[in-house]
Amino acid sequence: MSQQSSTSLRTPLGRVRGLGAAKSGTDHFWKSRVTAVANVPLTIAFVVIMLMLSKRDYAGAVKLVGQPLVAILLLLFIGSATYHMRLGMQVIIEDYVHSEGKKVALLMLNTFFAIAVGLASAYAILKIGFAG
Amino acid sequence: MARTGPAERPLSPHLQIYKPSITMVMSILHRITGAALFFGTLLLVIALVALASGSSAYGTVQAIYGSFLGKLVLFGYTWALFHHMCGGIRHFVWDTGAGLERGTRMKLAWGTLFASLGMTVLAFVAYLAG
Repeated sequence: MSQQSSTSLRTPLGRVRGLGAAKSGTDHFWKSRVTAVANVPLTIAFVVIMLMLSKRDYAGAVKLVGQPLVAILLLLFIGSATYHMRLGMQVIIEDYVHSEGKKVALLMLNTFFAIAVGLASAYAILKIGFAG
Repeated sequence: MARTGPAERPLSPHLQIYKPSITMVMSILHRITGAALFFGTLLLVIALVALASGSSAYGTVQAIYGSFLGKLVLFGYTWALFHHMCGGIRHFVWDTGAGLERGTRMKLAWGTLFASLGMTVLAFVAYLAG
């Protein structure tokens, strides 16, 4: 603390103002809102693509997902949705799990799950797209 | 520290003490649908990985998703998706500081429910008609 103030011109109050108890300010809130805004059009696109997919056999489904526009929309949806859901599940865990060890373990699992789902989906979409 | 015996002082009231209101139900549903969608992404990743794996894997997924139970789960997933989306839009309105008056609050809560149900029915009709 005293070391920091000797190397910075900012006052201690100025450094902490607006950051709150979590030390991260509005970062979590803001990222949650940015992905939420992106999710609105992407979700609608996702449902439309899934409806189109439901009417096709294997070859037709590969062809549809392999189309650049469809693949890009799906990739954007996957990216924004998995990021958003990781933030949301983090809040749920922090609200209900009070034992420190369990909480940290679940927060890690939350991140692993979101990244695994996102990466596996992205890999599948890219494989289908580049194979065609 | 964890308390061992019963509380000796009045505790702050929690959910079960209040009469349910539509805004409260919508708030709880927003969290429940959010959590459901978290696990619902498994439905998407399984379908995509199966599609990338080949026709036999995709055929298995199609058979499961196309069964009555599968369709029921996908219908529920669709509603959760639309409900969470409409609830999110309601939160955007609140983020601007608007829509917090009692009457507007109630209308927004009911609107969220009807819009999500309407969109789900619309998607289902599109599925049947497609």
